[in-house]
Amino acid sequence: MDERHLFEFIAHEARLLDERRWDEWLALFSDDGRYWVPLAGAAQADRDTHNSLADEDRLLLSLRIERLKNPRAHSEHPPTRCQHVLQPPSMLRQDPDAGACELHTPFIYFELRGERKIVLAGSYRHHLVRAAGQIRIRLKRVDLLDVGSALPAIQLFP
Amino acid sequence: MSRYGRADIAALVEEDRVHRDVYVSAELFALEQRHFFANTWTYLGHASQVPEPGDYITVEIAGRPLLMVRQADRGIRVLYNRCAHKGAQLVTDAAGHLGRTIRCPYHAWAYKLDGSLLAVPAQAGYDGTRLKDCETGRGLSAVKHVAIYRDFVFVKLSDAGPGFADYFGDVLPSLDNLADRSPQGRLRVEGGVLRNVIHCNWKMYLENVNDTVHPLSAHESATAAAKALWAGQPDDAPKPMAMEQILPFGAGFEFFDRMGGRVYANGHSVLGVNFSIHSGYGGLPAYEAAMTAAYGEKRAQAILQQSPQNAVCFPSLAVKGSPQVVRVIRPLAVDRTLIEAWSFRAEGADEVLFQRSMTYNRLVFSPMSVVAHDDVHLFETIQRGLNAGGNEWVSLHRDFNRAELDQETQTVNGANEILMRNQFRAWVKFMTLTMDE
Repeated sequence: MDERHLFEFIAHEARLLDERRWDEWLALFSDDGRYWVPLAGAAQADRDTHNSLADEDRLLLSLRIERLKNPRAHSEHPPTRCQHVLQPPSMLRQDPDAGACELHTPFIYFELRGERKIVLAGSYRHHLVRAAGQIRIRLKRVDLLDVGSALPAIQLFP
Repeated sequence: MSRYGRADIAALVEEDRVHRDVYVSAELFALEQRHFFANTWTYLGHASQVPEPGDYITVEIAGRPLLMVRQADRGIRVLYNRCAHKGAQLVTDAAGHLGRTIRCPYHAWAYKLDGSLLAVPAQAGYDGTRLKDCETGRGLSAVKHVAIYRDFVFVKLSDAGPGFADYFGDVLPSLDNLADRSPQGRLRVEGGVLRNVIHCNWKMYLENVNDTVHPLSAHESATAAAKALWAGQPDDAPKPMAMEQILPFGAGFEFFDRMGGRVYANGHSVLGVNFSIHSGYGGLPAYEAAMTAAYGEKRAQAILQQSPQNAVCFPSLAVKGSPQVVRVIRPLAVDRTLIEAWSFRAEGADEVLFQRSMTYNRLVFSPMSVVAHDDVHLFETIQRGLNAGGNEWVSLHRDFNRAELDQETQTVNGANEILMRNQFRAWVKFMTLTMDE
């Protein structure tokens, strides 16, 4: 996998979220793919001994997405909008034989809902795999900087 | 001078409704900080958070910074986190280890772990002064009224009000029900704390803990999505833990009404005295055998079969025996409340129970929870909605019966708003207890 192609993939993934194209976004995940926001941020070793803000397989991500489509998702009135601002990713690890790699991408995330605005900062670690000629996300790990602070409701996907 | 005297405060709470000022008045919030939260017993933390001598946690209660410290003799003391000298906070991390002494970073005044003054630099400058005869010379101020029940640490900041056992009365077995889920009778805080800041008055959150009528409409989007994703599965298909925990939110009104509730004097309650959305979690034979070995079959069954929806230790703590979580309600301002969700490991119990505890907190009480999003949205709209004109009252009429005014402990249907009325009756009592007029 060439780096330029992978970096474009990361930018594309964020853009799908910004444009509320959640079904297309979910399709980027492998069957065993996960979206993980550890509670302790980058310092967290695992998901079994320490909790997470979110730790979701495809089933739970589907639940989140289907809820957002329901007109009775009360908190979506008015709808939430978000903007991911990414730094260029860096390659942490590449395993060409397995068709896998790990990327690190610092970000700032804005989420707006009515008069409310929240800003989160952190970095992503994407574990990507190549499956049937396509790049797929096996893990999107979201390490927030806001570790320990009390957070308002985060409606979408940092 | 406050415009709220005793009679004005009593007039805000009628027998079946409350005035909006209890949620929106900054002046009342200031009075709550001074009177209500000083006169009531507030949950501070769990003893397992400070296992070794010198371990501490910092907590702010009713605007007062506190420091809970494990002592050299393994007891627990609660000190005000304020140097006796100039007022600097002695420590500013959420938790940590002090060593053998507490040392102020400003001028290096040093205290023993019990708060007594140990050393002051360049001591000679205080010779002949009145320092040793005043509050400062006595060292750090300690909170006098501290009670530890099954390792749950509570404080009362004022000398007024009932003692611990009288204050909580028969709601305390709800804490036993949580601790007894360990075959060793011991809990440990683990897995971190989920911290939420919600732009609403604290009472709205605490009332909603006892609101059984809202899930069907408020949580419709989350439960409909869960039901649709699980549709087509046979009834006996093993559910992933997340589905096991989310699907019951969609139970109908009848279910929530039949689960039953009980109120106690001083605002406390247990919702789900008969059963709850937590009753259907899958059995764990090895764990049940360990419980039977520890407690005998009868007592073990009694512990495990009691799974209330929520027990409220008014006004700061909401407890779920199963799945072993507590929520701590910390008012920050009239329209801002901190909610902390803590997970417990029951020592000697099946690992699955700890995973249930963390999973439940993550699914339902995380800032990213799809269940909580709609609750939080509604609380925040109520906070704004109450500024509307036309009607200055909030209804608590459901199942009101005048006979309830003459009784303390009462067992009722689950949808009965007496669980909320009872909170407000206690609110008036402890709000006005230390007011002169």
